[in-house]
Amino acid sequence: MRNIQAVAANTFREAVRDRVLYNLVFFALLMMGAAILVGQISIGIEQDVIVSLGLTAISVVGIFIAVFLGVALVSKEMDKRTLYALLAKPVKRWEFLLGKFFGLVMTLTVNTAAMAAGLYIALWTVKHPLMKSDAYILVAVYLILLKLALIVALALLFSCFTTPFLAILFTAGMYVAGLFAGDLRTVQGVELDPAALGLMRGISYLLPNFENFNVMGAVVHGSGVPAAIVWQDTLYAILYVAIVLAGAAVVFSRRNLK
Amino acid sequence: MPQGAIEIENLSKEYPYGFLHLKKKKSLEDLTMRVEDGEVFGFLGPNGAGKSTTIKLLMRLIFPTAGTARILGKSIDDVSMHGSIGYLPEQPYFYDYLTAYEVLDYFARFHGLRANDRRARVEAMLKKVGLDTAKKIQLRKYSKGMLQRVGLAQAILHDPQVVVLDEPMSGLDPLGRREVRDIILELKREGRTVLFSTHVLSDAEMLCDRVGVIVGGKLRGIGAPGELVDMKAQGMEILFELSRAPGNLPLLAKAMRTGERYRVQFPETELYAALDALKAAGARILSVTQIKPTLEEYFMDLVEADRAQASAVEVSGK
Repeated sequence: MRNIQAVAANTFREAVRDRVLYNLVFFALLMMGAAILVGQISIGIEQDVIVSLGLTAISVVGIFIAVFLGVALVSKEMDKRTLYALLAKPVKRWEFLLGKFFGLVMTLTVNTAAMAAGLYIALWTVKHPLMKSDAYILVAVYLILLKLALIVALALLFSCFTTPFLAILFTAGMYVAGLFAGDLRTVQGVELDPAALGLMRGISYLLPNFENFNVMGAVVHGSGVPAAIVWQDTLYAILYVAIVLAGAAVVFSRRNLK
Repeated sequence: MPQGAIEIENLSKEYPYGFLHLKKKKSLEDLTMRVEDGEVFGFLGPNGAGKSTTIKLLMRLIFPTAGTARILGKSIDDVSMHGSIGYLPEQPYFYDYLTAYEVLDYFARFHGLRANDRRARVEAMLKKVGLDTAKKIQLRKYSKGMLQRVGLAQAILHDPQVVVLDEPMSGLDPLGRREVRDIILELKREGRTVLFSTHVLSDAEMLCDRVGVIVGGKLRGIGAPGELVDMKAQGMEILFELSRAPGNLPLLAKAMRTGERYRVQFPETELYAALDALKAAGARILSVTQIKPTLEEYFMDLVEADRAQASAVEVSGK
């Protein structure tokens, strides 16, 4: 536990010192601009525009950080050989991986929390006081964070056995495919034979279902998100992340460093 | 037989290469050797000989194709063993966004040192490697030599019993090399075992109790530097002064002259006859020494033999 904590804290410190959190400035400018603009051009739907724009930006910025930094977590350490001295300490390889994972998730949590605060400020400028139903935005942000944790785990897994470029492609590919996992399950193809249909359904259950974490529609329109959905998504994310990280640990435990 | 600090048995490493990785290149072949407790052992070899491969195998950075190794009696698969060993990678590179203090503090955490002990150890190590005045500077501003010192500091931070250094003199100026030599000697005085790889033979001759020479992935010789070169001791050398050279002194024909000084080499069996001739000619004998090949010559012989063998194999393959 001590080792995982040390690696995670250092990963977070790296992100801070490498100015990863500077993206928050971009987000703040976007939110300020949007608040001023929608106040002038949209009548009655300012809140919808601000919330959907804000949540989309939180998600997109988070996905970029999760994919690119997630892949770099291990590959950068191998390329620069910073890993050598560390793995010669009494540190197990899976401890290193978990530390890197939690370090980036910590970074994303701080980043996402700061962006959520920015979203609330922008919302407050177009509509105050805020209402109780605005608290659902936090639920949406929480689910985005779960989605990002899942993307980080996938990026980590791919970077354990392939080049950074391919790992980025694979992670992005899994994300896009995962967005359509639900559609694959419900597809009603009259042209397809039952075997192909079965295979497609099987694949759809293996893919991470990223649409599970999208509650933007409900939140934008102020209709709540059922607690059961939140629990279900939380358990799904924890289980999926655990499986992916276990796979990454198995691959990385036998990986020859350069 | 008492347990050695490092025991390596039939260690081999092959790397797959080519499209589909079907071909194999042998980086290390059937290495068996042991490093005794408390000795300084030099691992010698030209670039690409297999020195770093061996060290990486010991550190579990790469995994052997065959063979086993133990450090302090524990299998290298046992991660807890790393608590008793220190390792300096070749051309070390650390997190450049950290200061030297932060890097050492970070590494110290993995050895379970408490905050106060960590602080004291880190400060002591920074002083030992001469970085105490630069401890608050981020490593991205460090020179190669300074990074090497950080590497040494992190390797010995936790008082390890066995210290493994991969090319510790690499990238250092003469002053830095001297400091590293002093640290190695200090580690030896403290009773620690040191294994270091180098291709600088003078360093090995100066520091090592024993050396192992590895060429082309195979161990070609192992022993004390004196033992290895004594096996090939040859001839004598006399240094003498002669103000007026007589015409009938055949020795002068093969002597090298610098001013009034002459240096001449010949088989040991001819020593007394030569001394008599020089005495008769009125020469002043300055020194008589046995000609011993240096470790460098011994090393070069092995490298040349390996190259010759490799090219012979290539020719027969054609």
